[in-house]
Amino acid sequence: MISQEAKKKLQKIVGEENYLDSKQSLVAYSYDSTPGYQALPHAVMKPRNTQDVSEIVKVCNEYKIPIVPRGNATNLCAGTCPLEGGIVLIFTHMNKILEIDEENLTVTVQPGLITLDMINAVESKGLFYPPDPSSMKISTIGGNINECSGGLRGLKYGVTRDYVIALETVLPNGNVIRTGGKLAKDVAGYDFTRLMVGSEGTLGVITEATLKLIPVPETKKTMLALYDNLEAAGRTVSKIIANKIIPATLEFLDQPTIKVVEDFAKIGLPTEVGAVLLIEQDGPQEVVERDIANIAKICEEEKALSVQVAQTPEEGAALTTARRSALSALARMKPTTILEDATVPRSKVAEMVREIEVIAKRNNVEICTFGHAGDGNLHPTCMTDVRNKDEMHRVEVAFEEIFEKAIQLGGTITGEHGVGVMKSPYLAWKLGEEGVEAMKTLKMAFDPNNIMNPGKMFAKESRKRVVVNR
Amino acid sequence: MSQTTEKRQQELAIDMKQGMDYDELVNCMRCGFCLPACPTYRETGGNEAASPRGRIALMKAVVDGLMEPDEDFEKQLSQCLGCRACEPACPSGMKYGYLLEDARDIIQKKKKHSMPVRMLRSLVFNELFPKQNRMRTVSSLLWFYQSTGIQKLAQATHLTKIAPGNLSMIERVLPKVPSPSRMKNRPSHVAAEGTAKKKVAFFSGCLMDTMFMETNDATLYLLSKANCDTIIPKKQSCCGALHAHSGEKDGAKDLAKNNILIFEKEKVDYIVSNAGGCGALLVDYGHLLKDDPEWADRAKAFSDKVKDISEILYEVGLPKMELDPQTVTYQDSCHLRNVMGTFSAPRKLMQSIEGVTYKEMQDADRCCGSAGVYNIIEQEMSMQILDVKMEHAKATKARTLVTANPGCLLQMKLGIERAGLQKDVRAVHIVDLLAEALKKAEGKA
Repeated sequence: MISQEAKKKLQKIVGEENYLDSKQSLVAYSYDSTPGYQALPHAVMKPRNTQDVSEIVKVCNEYKIPIVPRGNATNLCAGTCPLEGGIVLIFTHMNKILEIDEENLTVTVQPGLITLDMINAVESKGLFYPPDPSSMKISTIGGNINECSGGLRGLKYGVTRDYVIALETVLPNGNVIRTGGKLAKDVAGYDFTRLMVGSEGTLGVITEATLKLIPVPETKKTMLALYDNLEAAGRTVSKIIANKIIPATLEFLDQPTIKVVEDFAKIGLPTEVGAVLLIEQDGPQEVVERDIANIAKICEEEKALSVQVAQTPEEGAALTTARRSALSALARMKPTTILEDATVPRSKVAEMVREIEVIAKRNNVEICTFGHAGDGNLHPTCMTDVRNKDEMHRVEVAFEEIFEKAIQLGGTITGEHGVGVMKSPYLAWKLGEEGVEAMKTLKMAFDPNNIMNPGKMFAKESRKRVVVNR
Repeated sequence: MSQTTEKRQQELAIDMKQGMDYDELVNCMRCGFCLPACPTYRETGGNEAASPRGRIALMKAVVDGLMEPDEDFEKQLSQCLGCRACEPACPSGMKYGYLLEDARDIIQKKKKHSMPVRMLRSLVFNELFPKQNRMRTVSSLLWFYQSTGIQKLAQATHLTKIAPGNLSMIERVLPKVPSPSRMKNRPSHVAAEGTAKKKVAFFSGCLMDTMFMETNDATLYLLSKANCDTIIPKKQSCCGALHAHSGEKDGAKDLAKNNILIFEKEKVDYIVSNAGGCGALLVDYGHLLKDDPEWADRAKAFSDKVKDISEILYEVGLPKMELDPQTVTYQDSCHLRNVMGTFSAPRKLMQSIEGVTYKEMQDADRCCGSAGVYNIIEQEMSMQILDVKMEHAKATKARTLVTANPGCLLQMKLGIERAGLQKDVRAVHIVDLLAEALKKAEGKA
């Protein structure tokens, strides 16, 4: 509950028009893209600037009101679902590009800015921001930073964390700190900038960010390699990397995924083959052409049925855009789609893919797999129905087995979606109880009243590790 | 909250529980891919409740008992344009339009309208649109008003300004209505000029065959020139779109059945529509009557034959067309684009006219804010959307602004008036533009 007294104080900060607590507003901000999670906040607030945020946080800290910073709620770990009520902070007033610095190759933005709008703005100046989560048309930079989003270009260019070089953050006591700078080198104190990236709103509210940019690659080529089965595609992935070629994008899709994506995008994807690799290379023309030729050769050696290179940039863009719709398109098949992002070292991709198939069969659940094969970040996606309790249980078991296997192979429970609520019971599998304990200690040091996105990252109880019998 | 309001909300919640397609509500996986496509989401500065994802969540919350169907809820559904731009954007293939229509239908049935509103709705939905002779009568009154000088007098004395809000401006942009005798004597068959390539039946529509009769004539002319043999069934009725979008689903079903009955008698290749708003409902008859065993298959067979005029003309081909050199731009009809999937045929047709420089305007696929009667009931939002639209239109420097639906056409004319562009820009239905270009080329030959 928010007392009348606290409500008055909060309204005074932002004005009544920026404090929403009608039922429809509470419902509209009660969910994100994660299936099965919904909880009403007590209010939704629209701060206009950093000062507003700082004052809001101070009041919330005083009255112990939870705060959930929210971008556009495209995350897949229930990270912005206000499980314990409180205030959902939205940044529709704080969505500007503050500066594109063409001398230092940086862009400074407010958290509510849409990722793709920012990418388009910098590209018009010949600059490039590589992280490209599939939701980039909707997602915000603030959300990307809080979740440390990845994307299709992660293999070659890294993820959000590799591009955030300075932040302005409001700490849970209301203090505003600025970390990092337009600097290639900076070792003044702890690296709080990195700490904040991927902190899922549990340590503070990010109110401004400076991002590193690079020159736009001169050219880009896109190709499709078709296979009989997923494993052959998986082997190709490992072999491309082993041949010391790092493509910008190296995605794979299994047959059911190709089918639904084609259903939506209608761009003539081959729906009859067992698996597809979508490969993109960018850079200077000669390098791109040489790499694409070499990759094509490897694909053929690994028994690709055919290899097709997109003839125009538009054709290539249509392919990557279609790939970005994969998750939502899978939702055509069943009411509920649960997407995971277990990640393994890239040399283990083929083995992991094989194991996912075995696990799906053993548990009698339907799992489609697509994902960023090149960086080992797989997206096994389960088609199910939340209303079917028995099946949901089997789905849960299957995913536990997938997590277990990923860790066995030197991987992790989540590559780019974050822990949130979804994966919090499994965090200790990856970090050990001691690792989780250390993180909790850090969290309490920042946020002793536990007002920042409570209930996320750390579960009340860890899941017991499954023992897979073979 | 008064007891009666509370009781009404409880009843409405029960009706929503029983009447909504819960499977479809659950199918939304809340990825948010629809957000950038939604005009009201954008115009409200990113209000989630005013987005498709938000509105689906609200409907589901009511069914789940998480919220009461309060005034905000009804307002939020009313503020949706129903443009369905969210549907092609949705990778999961959600049928948002159906959910919206169901919810509006349920709300409408529970509505306690004031006496005058009740009478007006009954008049419009039961007595006017379904009955073509009455449509003619009303149009005739308008004709009398326009042609006797009363209109000029009313405008000169500023009498029209008394009308609420937009109505006075809408009155100014209404087309010149044909005389009553012309409206009564409509053809029932127009032969192909040469050897017939296709046999088609023309869905003439209620408004289109009265107020926009010139456009219907142009349509028949083009079909003849494209060597289509055209039947215009006499007893056809209004398509029912206005009913379906206003929560009068039963009325829409009755009209649909009549049209199916009349058109299935004709053995034709296609059923042609020249209004995106009508065509979109015609292709949805299959869905509208899906639960009626007697009609489901017949409705689907009907819907499968429906095509927009521009698709047919593009497929069959037109003789040479020419216009004085001019820049032309196009505003999509939402339902034509998002429901019927027609967007490239009209563009290609316009580009094939000699003398025309076609310039695409920014966000041509975004709703203009007309949306049936939306521009009257949700005036503020409608005009906000329209003014943005006119900025985009202006940027193309086009002299001719083309649309493919009567509602959009009136809205464009209204926009031109509001922007003070009457002298430089005209708005026309695509069919009228093509007919003009064909006649000009013929005159030269």
